[in-house]
Amino acid sequence: MKVSDLVNQLQLEVFCGQAGLDNEITGGYVSDLLSDVMGNASEGDVWITLQTHQNVMAIASLKELAAVILVKGFEPDEDSVKYSNEEGIPVLGTSMTTFEISGKLYDILK
Amino acid sequence: MKLEFDIASGDFSQAGQASSRIKKVLKQLQVDPKVIKRIVVAVYEAEVNVVAHSLGGQIIAEFSNEYVEITVQDCGPGIADIGQAMTEGYSTASKKVRDMGFGAGMGLPNIKRNTDELSIESTVGKGTCLKFKNNLNG
Repeated sequence: MKVSDLVNQLQLEVFCGQAGLDNEITGGYVSDLLSDVMGNASEGDVWITLQTHQNVMAIASLKELAAVILVKGFEPDEDSVKYSNEEGIPVLGTSMTTFEISGKLYDILK
Repeated sequence: MKLEFDIASGDFSQAGQASSRIKKVLKQLQVDPKVIKRIVVAVYEAEVNVVAHSLGGQIIAEFSNEYVEITVQDCGPGIADIGQAMTEGYSTASKKVRDMGFGAGMGLPNIKRNTDELSIESTVGKGTCLKFKNNLNG
């Protein structure tokens, strides 16, 4: 499944990184601890988090994640937007809580 | 080949630059992606450690046909109890650093898990030298 398909299905906002909307999604990871994601997320995962700073994008890029979803209406910091556009990794947004969006993503990907 | 990176204390915007550059070099050397992934995790955690905990430092990456060897040297303050620092979940990070999602006490354990050889020497008041080495052929 492509990131753009997920955007449509879950009605996510696309903040930035539009060049990566064709990225293929192979899984998901949920965590607000950056070292946890660094140590345990896999290439192609969608990362659900409430962290909005640019280190999120550094990790998403190093781990070759498909996209980042920010929960509860959070928006990416300015630096994150720049990084996301440079790397072509979309940052998406939802008003849903982590619990709700994770459940929906799991349902779609399982 | 040798690459050197200066890392300033407290500048989180720099964390990821050394690991990103090293990743590109390893890709150019056509190293197995699984091997690259481990090295990238270790270097990134080392960068964050220098930014979050030290007074500034340097990362040096030396590449040979068989190995990449990374040296992370900082200017202090040093680690009093290395055994404690290596314990999963133990952290001395500030609230600000924790709020960013760092400082969960997972950095050094992540480095250990993702390296073939690891050594740490530290002197309080002087600094810490972390060295690790990974075989590029898996």
